[in-house]
Amino acid sequence: MSRAANDTLAGRSARALGNAFLRKAVRFTAERLSQAKTDSTDALGQWEAWRDRGRQVRQHVVQHLDYYLEEFAQNVEAHGQKVHFASDAREAGDIVLRIIAEKEARLVAKSKSMVSEEVGVNARLAEHGIECLETDLGEWIIQLAHEPPSHLIIPAIHKTRDQVQQLFEKEGGERLTNDTATLAGYARRRLRERFARAEVGMTGCNFAIAETGSVVIFTNEGNGRMVTTLPQTHIVMMGMERILPTLADLPLMADLLPRSATGQKITTYVNVVTGARRQGELDGPRELHVVILDNGRSRQLADPLFRELLHCIRCGACLNVCPVYRHVGGHAYGSVYSGPIGAVVTPLLAPHDPAAAELANASTLCGACFDACPVKIPLHDLLLRLRTRNVALYHPPLGERVGIRLFAAAAAWPRLFSLLSRLVRRVLLRLGPRGERLLARLPGVSTWARHRSLPVLQARSFRDQWKDLQD
Amino acid sequence: MKVSLFATCLVDQVAPQVGVATVRLLRHLGCRVTFPPGQVCCGQPAYNTGYPNAARAAARPLLDAFDGARYVVAPSGSCVAMIRHHFPDLFAEDLTLRRRARELVDRTYELTEFIVTVLGVTDVGARFPHRVAFHPSCHGSRLLGVRHEPLALLREVRGLELVPLERPGDCCGFGGTFSVKLPEISAAMVDEKAEDVEASGATHLVGIDLGCLLNIAGRLEQRGSSIRVLHLAELLAEGLEGGE
Repeated sequence: MSRAANDTLAGRSARALGNAFLRKAVRFTAERLSQAKTDSTDALGQWEAWRDRGRQVRQHVVQHLDYYLEEFAQNVEAHGQKVHFASDAREAGDIVLRIIAEKEARLVAKSKSMVSEEVGVNARLAEHGIECLETDLGEWIIQLAHEPPSHLIIPAIHKTRDQVQQLFEKEGGERLTNDTATLAGYARRRLRERFARAEVGMTGCNFAIAETGSVVIFTNEGNGRMVTTLPQTHIVMMGMERILPTLADLPLMADLLPRSATGQKITTYVNVVTGARRQGELDGPRELHVVILDNGRSRQLADPLFRELLHCIRCGACLNVCPVYRHVGGHAYGSVYSGPIGAVVTPLLAPHDPAAAELANASTLCGACFDACPVKIPLHDLLLRLRTRNVALYHPPLGERVGIRLFAAAAAWPRLFSLLSRLVRRVLLRLGPRGERLLARLPGVSTWARHRSLPVLQARSFRDQWKDLQD
Repeated sequence: MKVSLFATCLVDQVAPQVGVATVRLLRHLGCRVTFPPGQVCCGQPAYNTGYPNAARAAARPLLDAFDGARYVVAPSGSCVAMIRHHFPDLFAEDLTLRRRARELVDRTYELTEFIVTVLGVTDVGARFPHRVAFHPSCHGSRLLGVRHEPLALLREVRGLELVPLERPGDCCGFGGTFSVKLPEISAAMVDEKAEDVEASGATHLVGIDLGCLLNIAGRLEQRGSSIRVLHLAELLAEGLEGGE
């Protein structure tokens, strides 16, 4: 994929930072969500023990993923339904297209699914003249705006109600007001007209239960239930790590996921879909297809440095607490996945793309993401490992390499360091104000000084004062 | 009690007064303080930028400098977190060095952690009659788990009014080389932090990590604020003069 010259992390961030509307909208919602999460987990109590348990379950699944995937696939097939394995985005698209072509479908109704965004299924279907209608309110808004999601669970977090009003007015050609009731009512009316016409419903999958072959979907808007019951064919797209061993593991996740995502005790709807319509049942799809996507996940599974990433349950809590995310929003990451989790997932999905690799720098390593993670993924450590890998794989700027080497050489020789620091300090002090200006022009220091005053240069370092301090 | 001071490179070169205050504070609490001259840096700037080999070379002298020390104390949560969490891995390939790194890990403490948990002191006898806001640095609080110790010390300071910050746990945007690699995001973050500090009504901002403090102080100064930023060691040491 070719990118424009300013399509870099710094370029995209600069654009976001200049957009006061976006910053206000993202900050407002992210802070509201993280506060709701804290309230909800405080109310539950023993949150650290819940996190430990969550981590244990996810670790167990990932360690035995081959076994549970096999069990899950067998149980889906035992219900008479189909399982498809897709090794990459292209294959996932091919599989979906084949199913749709078989049904001669023209309209697909889709509930929110990050993995389908990951493989770009909407664009693939559009190439073949098939419309894929997003039915989650936020997803529909960004579909109308022709934008990728800017948050894992609140895809239109960056939009204000006025912007939504404009998008809806353009979509339907009618005058609306900007109040929530009017806008939500409009979306409900427009989307319902089309649910009934869709031949295929597509959903993601929050958890796949190996023991029963069930697909579990957490939603709040009810669109997920429409998509899984009205169309004759239901396609589930899931990342291969979405597995849970048994239904008995679900209650734990039903506490961890919604509380971490939105602060809800549980989402409004929890669908457990096991097979398609059975004989004598009045609704539900005739056919169920489960597309299980690898797309680099096997590579992560095989790499002990990054395996823990597969523990992620996609709650978005790390985005809401990340100060970098909160200032620049999701689009600055230039990827379907944003925030701290996106900064790790994206480079691993595209291991040879330096533009994806630079996302590892989009963090101060403050650890807020680790604190917020319901399954305790040490995202700050994973970011650090990515940086180390980036230095080995790509050529960092010469200035950086020289700077780091000089620093290391100075620190490695304490006596030399003492002499040099004394010498440099003496020269700078002798130069007076000129010395300070000289210091402020040094690479790195000048960047720092653009937004901050520099500390006053002290006459003597601590090591030089030490002899006066001794007992 | 004998304490070996790890001053850290930032304190040594940029803010020596913090080192002086640390020595005075520890002596006041009955410690004998030494400063092994063979120390420079924990290697974190290189390590966090993705250069573990350079970090290892930079950090290596610390193993000699603090060889045999019973307590190593540093006025920085970030540097202690680097030692505690990354030194065993950093020196994993050489068994002797790894053993020595682990020994150093077991004996290294962040300053407030040392005073509160090892010395068992929360009231150092200081007086500081000002409105003070506390910035809980990310590495100290999250990675090291030093959350209540600085507050326990501050609460016992006579005359001190502790005022809350709007988003206390949010990073100030320093992040080492982050502040130079993505300066605009870093500036937005420190600007928000400076706003929060100004809005708190504090006359002083105090913290336990110099990187964060230099960042916030530099921004506050450029915004024309008169809020004084200081390390907790400085506050306590200054308070000793007024407290006794």
